[in-house]
Amino acid sequence: MREDFKKKYFLMSNEELKSVFTAIHPSLVFEEGEWLNMYIEPAELLPFVEKIRNADNLFFDYLFCLTCVDWKTHLTMVYHFSSTSHRHNIVIKSKLDRDNPEIETVCNIWKTAEFHEREVFELFGVKFLHHPDLRNLILPDVWSGFPLRKDYEDEVNMIKL
Amino acid sequence: MDVDQNSAQPKSFPGEIHQTPGGGILTSKLDDVINWARSNSLWPLVFGTSCCAIEMMSTAGAKYDWSRFGFEVARATPRQADVIIIAGTIVNKMAPVLKRLYDQMADPKYVIAMGACATSGGPFFYNTYSVVKGADHVIPVDVYVAGCPPRPEALLHALITLQEKIRGGNKRERIDIDGTKI
Repeated sequence: MREDFKKKYFLMSNEELKSVFTAIHPSLVFEEGEWLNMYIEPAELLPFVEKIRNADNLFFDYLFCLTCVDWKTHLTMVYHFSSTSHRHNIVIKSKLDRDNPEIETVCNIWKTAEFHEREVFELFGVKFLHHPDLRNLILPDVWSGFPLRKDYEDEVNMIKL
Repeated sequence: MDVDQNSAQPKSFPGEIHQTPGGGILTSKLDDVINWARSNSLWPLVFGTSCCAIEMMSTAGAKYDWSRFGFEVARATPRQADVIIIAGTIVNKMAPVLKRLYDQMADPKYVIAMGACATSGGPFFYNTYSVVKGADHVIPVDVYVAGCPPRPEALLHALITLQEKIRGGNKRERIDIDGTKI
């Protein structure tokens, strides 16, 4: 019983995950961190992510963070994945250009992405293609501008240091 | 332990007692008695938006009990509450709600701004698009408490300060906090 348990759930270390990922998608760029970080092109995100969702040894069925970071020259989408059975975690990042940030939605695979992507849409302006209901999550619908971008100006509310 | 027979009257007691055979006569001003009664039975409104609410809940708990001072019943409806303790950040979306709750409270009503966010916007004073920089942009405040979040003892001190303010009849020269006159 214990041996079956050990065979069914196995936690892979970062190096093992790295080798598995390079086999699936050779053009990933890896980065150092507590969990395995990798950069991928936005156009190739959706097929890659579909593969790692259902693969037997990977099985990333838990998207626990979806957010965006504004580096002043570009935006970076950050996805954190975890596996509820194998318990390994990875981070997938994707660089978008500021003028027209577009990326495919992952909410057909992980339903939680619906709300997270709506939040990124209202705060950063990233358009998620084929999202079922892309509108503002918390901000009023008439809000113009993207508050969490570094170049957001608001004379009424924001007081500059 | 014996009962203290010679205990002095607490200075917040309204009026003077004149001992007469067969009891005593209390002389006072009606205003003083009313203010004393009001200050000792302030019912707070359940209103917490942010982290200060955790400290408020802790003040209401068993260790730093605020019902010792009369804040026993925390009402969820503003119609039956006397004091609103603004515990937490007021954002632009919450400001009309706060105003409506304050308008629904019956006179006499008092306001305590708890924590840095309710006092002045707090850590969100600079560079935020959504926070009201101080609850006194929305409703008039009686007592401000500093802290982020203020300790339960600090909130209790603010409640006692409010009680002193009420007992003084809201006249500046009669407020007496910890023995120091304003």
